[in-house]
Amino acid sequence: MIIEQSHFLFVSLYIFAISIGGLLLNRRNIIILLISIELMLLAINLQFVIFSVFLDDIIGQINALLILTVAAAESAIGLALLVVYYRIKGTISINKINLLHG
Amino acid sequence: MYLTLVFLPLISALVAFFVRFIGNKYAAYICTSLLGFTFILSIKSFYYIALLQNSCYIQTLPWLFGENLIVFWGFLFDSVTCTMLIVVTSISFLVHFYSIEYMGSDPHLGRFMSYLSFFTFFMLILVTADNMVQMFVGWEGVGLCSYLLINFFFNRIQANKAALKAMVMNRIGDFGLSLGIMALFYVCKSLDYHVIFSSILLFVDNSFYFFNIKINLITCICLLLFIGAVGKSAQIGLHTWLPDAMEGPTPVSALIHAATMVTAGVFLIIRCSFLFEFSETALDILTILGALTAFFAATTGLLQNDAKRVIAYSTCSQLGYMVFVCGISGYSTSLFHLANHAFFKALLFLTAGSLIHAVHDEQDFRKMGGLAYILPFSYSMLLVGSLSLTGFPFLTGFYSKDMILELTFSTYLIKGTFAYILGVLSAFCTAFYSFRLIFWAFLAKPNGYKHTYSHASESNFFITFPLGVLALASIFVGYLFRDMFIGVGTSFWNNSIFILPENNFVLESEFIPVYNKLTPVVFSFGGLIIAFCFYNFLIKKIFIVKIFYIKFYTFLNKRWYFDKIYNEFIALPIISFGYKITFKFIDRGILEIFGPTGLITNFTYLSKNISSIQSGLMYHYLFIILLGITITLFTVIVIIQKMLYVSTNLVLIFILAVIGSSLKN
Repeated sequence: MIIEQSHFLFVSLYIFAISIGGLLLNRRNIIILLISIELMLLAINLQFVIFSVFLDDIIGQINALLILTVAAAESAIGLALLVVYYRIKGTISINKINLLHG
Repeated sequence: MYLTLVFLPLISALVAFFVRFIGNKYAAYICTSLLGFTFILSIKSFYYIALLQNSCYIQTLPWLFGENLIVFWGFLFDSVTCTMLIVVTSISFLVHFYSIEYMGSDPHLGRFMSYLSFFTFFMLILVTADNMVQMFVGWEGVGLCSYLLINFFFNRIQANKAALKAMVMNRIGDFGLSLGIMALFYVCKSLDYHVIFSSILLFVDNSFYFFNIKINLITCICLLLFIGAVGKSAQIGLHTWLPDAMEGPTPVSALIHAATMVTAGVFLIIRCSFLFEFSETALDILTILGALTAFFAATTGLLQNDAKRVIAYSTCSQLGYMVFVCGISGYSTSLFHLANHAFFKALLFLTAGSLIHAVHDEQDFRKMGGLAYILPFSYSMLLVGSLSLTGFPFLTGFYSKDMILELTFSTYLIKGTFAYILGVLSAFCTAFYSFRLIFWAFLAKPNGYKHTYSHASESNFFITFPLGVLALASIFVGYLFRDMFIGVGTSFWNNSIFILPENNFVLESEFIPVYNKLTPVVFSFGGLIIAFCFYNFLIKKIFIVKIFYIKFYTFLNKRWYFDKIYNEFIALPIISFGYKITFKFIDRGILEIFGPTGLITNFTYLSKNISSIQSGLMYHYLFIILLGITITLFTVIVIIQKMLYVSTNLVLIFILAVIGSSLKN
C-alpha cells in the first residue's frame, strides 16, 4: 500500500479539526484550551513537515522548527498567565472569564 | 390727482398708526380731514372721468417681470371705478367722522383710525387696479383689515373668534379667486384687464377635460372668480362670517359690511362682465345662488333679535339682489343698487350705533322699546333708512331695487322668474324685519331698565352729522342718479361694462305690465303693514304664535341651522381629522416611526442586540471567529468563482496553488 500525501494531510487536518473542537466545546478548563492550541500548532507543524517532504524542500522543516520554538514560548507565557489568573480568581473555569462583555 | 386720491388714505393710516407722538384726538382729526380731501378728489375724478367720459389709465412702477408675466402697478379709472370711489370714500369719510365721537373714549382711537384708513386704502387699490394681481392685493388687504377691525377689541374672545371666522371664510373664497386668476393667466397669458377682456372672445369655445368631464374654459374661470365673490360678498355657502363680524365696533360694521368689503365681490363680477357674459352656465349659477342668498338672508333676518344682526342679514340679502341681477346681465343696475345700498345701509348701521350708544351698548332690541320719544332723531334716521331699504316709492332703494325686480321679470328665462319670485318674497321679508326692528326699538312699550332711559340721549354733532348726510343721500341719490346710471340708452358706463345684446333686457323691463311693476312695492307695503299690525295690535298674541310655531321660529332664529351644520359636519370633522389623522396618525405616527423616533429606538435596540453577542465567554468568541473565517473564505471562493466562471473545485485548487507557491518562495 502506497502511502499518499493526502493521507498524511488528512491526519493533520483531523488533528486540527479536533483541536478546534477542543477550543469550541470546552467550557470548563483553560488548560485544555492551551492544550488544544498546542495541538493546533502540532497539526500545522505536521502539515509543514509533510509538504516539506513531498515538495522536497527544506523551508517547511525550518518553519516547523520555528513553530516549535514559538509554541514553546507561547505555552510558557500562557501557563504563566494562567498561574497569575488562578492566583487572583482562585479558579481556572472558562465560564467565569466573562467580565468583559458588551 | 388720481394717485393722490389713492394714496391719501395710506398716508392717513401711517400718520394715525404713529399716533403716540401726536395724541389720539389729533390723529382722528387728521385722518378724517385727509379722508375728506380724498372724497373731494374722488368727486373731482367722478366729474372728469364719469361725467366727461374720459377714462384715465396710469401705469406706474413695474412689479413682476416673468417671461410672459408682466405686471405693472397700474391704475385704471373708468366709470365703474369712479362710482365705487365715490361710494367708498364718502362712506369712509363719514365713518371716520362718526368714529371721532363714537370711539372717542377708546384709548386706541388712533389705532382704530389707522385701520379704517388702511381699509379704505386697500379698497381703493382694489377698485382702481388695472390688473388682476393688483386687484388681488386690494382684495387680500381688505380681508386683512377686516380681520384687524373685527377684533379691534382684541381682549374679547368672541371678537377674536369672529375675526378668525371672517378671515378663514374669506380665505376659502380667495383660494377660488387665485385659482381663477391663474386660469386667466393660463388662457390669456396676461393679467391686465384690457388684455384679458379684449382677448377673451378668442377663447369662448375652448374647453378642457377634467376627470373626463368636458368643462368650458370661460365657465370654469367665471365660477372660480365667483367663488371669490361668494366669500367676499357673503353669498349663501360662505355667508356665515358676515353676521358674526358684527362683533366689531359699529362704525366698522358700517364701513365693512355696508359699503366696502362686501361690495368687493359684486364689484369683481361687474368688472369681469366681459368674462361672465360669455358663460351662460356661470350666469345661471350667479342668478340662482344670488336669489337663494337674498331669500335665505331675508327670512333669517325676520326673527333675529340683535339690532346689528338684523341689519347684517339685510346686507346679505341685498348682496343677493346685486348678484342675481348680475346673473341676468344687469350689471349697471347691480352697481346702482350697490351704490344706493351703501348709503342707506351705512345710515342704518350708523343709526344702530347711535341707538346702541344711547342705551349703554345694549344690542338686543327687545330690551329697548319706546325710544321714539327720547331719540327722535335716531328714530327718523332709522325710519328713512328702513323705508329706503324696503324700496318705499321715490326713495333711493326704490329705484334700484324695483329696477332689479323688473329686470328679472322681463327676462324670458326660467332663472329670471325664479329670481323674481324669491326677490319679491325677500322684499316682503325685508319690509317685515325692518319694521320689526323699528317697532321693538322705538314704538313698543319700554322694556329696558329705568336707568337706561334716564340716561339715554341723542349724541352730539359728530354722530348726527353723518346720519343727516346719509339720510339725505338715502332719499335723493336714487332719484338724482337714476337716469345717469340705468336710464335707457345711457352712455354713462362708457364701455366699462359689457353686455351681450342677447342678454340685455333693459328695454323689455321698461315695458312690462303695470301690475308686475307694482308687485314688489305691494309686497313691501304688505310686509310693512303686516309688521305694523302684528306688533301694534297683536302684541299679546306674539308669544302664543311663537310657541305654536316654535320649530319654525328656531329654524329662522338659528339661521337655518347653517352654523350648526357647518360646525358639526364640516368644522368638527375637519378639526378632528387634522388632530387624529394628520397629526396623531401621520405626523406623530407613521412619519415618526419611519423618521427620528423609530430610527433611534430601533437602532438602539439593534445595537444592543448586536453587542450582546459579545458575551465575554471565550468559546463564543472562538465560534464567531471560525464562523467569520468560514464565511469569508466561502464568499471569496464564490466571488472568484463568479468572476472567473470556474467550478468550486478549481477555485480550491487555485487557492491551494497560491498558498503553495507562496510557501515555496
